[in-house]
Amino acid sequence: MGATVDSVATKQKVWGGGANVKPFGASYGKMMMWYFILSDSLTFCGFLVAYGFMRFKFAESWPIADEVFNHFPFMHGVDAPMYYVALMTFILIFSSVTMVLAVDAGHQMKKNKVATYMLLTIIGGLVFLGSQAWEWKNFINGTYGAVETRGGEIMHFVDADGKKLALADFADTSVHRDDMALKRNDGAWFLGNKSTTSVSLNQVIAGLEANPDVRIRTQYTVPGNAHEKIILSREESLARVGDFNYVVEGASLIRNEFGHKVFANLFFFITGFHGFHVSVGILLNVIIFFNVLLGTYERRGSYEMVEKVGLYWHFVDLVWVFVFTFFYLV
Amino acid sequence: MSAHTQHKSNTKRIWLVFVYMSLLTIVEVVLGIIKPDFLFHTKIGFSIFHLSLLNWIFIILTIVKAYYIMWAFMHLEGEKKSFVWSIAGTMSFLIVYMVILILIEGQYVFDVINSPTDGYRWIF
Repeated sequence: MGATVDSVATKQKVWGGGANVKPFGASYGKMMMWYFILSDSLTFCGFLVAYGFMRFKFAESWPIADEVFNHFPFMHGVDAPMYYVALMTFILIFSSVTMVLAVDAGHQMKKNKVATYMLLTIIGGLVFLGSQAWEWKNFINGTYGAVETRGGEIMHFVDADGKKLALADFADTSVHRDDMALKRNDGAWFLGNKSTTSVSLNQVIAGLEANPDVRIRTQYTVPGNAHEKIILSREESLARVGDFNYVVEGASLIRNEFGHKVFANLFFFITGFHGFHVSVGILLNVIIFFNVLLGTYERRGSYEMVEKVGLYWHFVDLVWVFVFTFFYLV
Repeated sequence: MSAHTQHKSNTKRIWLVFVYMSLLTIVEVVLGIIKPDFLFHTKIGFSIFHLSLLNWIFIILTIVKAYYIMWAFMHLEGEKKSFVWSIAGTMSFLIVYMVILILIEGQYVFDVINSPTDGYRWIF
């Protein structure tokens, strides 16, 4: 009843509806965006807490982040720990800044400025998404390769100086592989080959036994020094050969060459969930960008829509700040 | 129109906050790459909050960054106090509560797993 009636003379204590009175002083759209952000950040909090729980439950066997995330584009083979993910963080923060500047220009009703800054935000988002995809690609392909034991442990290999060895560096490829996948003429119905690893388990074992410098680096940290993993002596390494079960290269949702099985799983899930939010954010930004160009908000008289998608974009940035801290730093 | 107190340009403050954010990020990244031994190995705190000094620094800096993003970029500073509390208060309370609970439970799980169990090794 009070939807169209709102007069100062009959100032009611109870809100009868209508956009002239604003609870909390905020418009409907903005308030709802904030409450959506509140709910979604609690979801992310749940996932990050689950990550923290697993990570500290298996603190002695968790991979060292510096050794996993050490790629940089166009610098193949260079050990660049953390630099690229730092760049990604910086890109996302910068796109947040351009978004705020777009909102600010919207307050002054400067259409062209809004459009320019929104375009920069979209480009920043796309660069971030592309970077995340590149990180995933490196993660999925792997670097050195490892062997998984029957108990589920991951074994890496180092030479006598403690330098990491790729499987291809020492595996004896002259030995015939005993794990070749079935081919088309092996059966009546052929759908495709499961991809095989670059070297087979018996080639790795042959290489390990033939080369006296190769040792095993376990996934367990040296007690008291979480920077280093335990390296077995030559005799201990040879003794563990009987436990070898799979060659693991790269990462999947099931196992990964870096360490505990759940490490890659959580990485893909959480950064993937975040990347999904970034994609949606870019999509929304593109829609609003075109609306800005078309003059929709000039006609409407308010650039509040830009502010609302800006809130979402900042939320995405906020989540990344936390994901970055808890995945890569802590 | 929503509750904006000014229509003049705010760009100077925005760039200033950007500089703060960049500095904080650079400090975090540098510490994350170098991991100075003193910070890494010194643990402070009480009971379930017993973390290395390095981790304390990361977490505190991250919270500072989150504050700047929410306050300046998301313009919470311009909203009504009651609205701000309904968001920031709820979020802070629930997140802190969850973290405390999970740390307590995690400590219990850790103690159970690491108590001597005659040869079993927990891998899941």
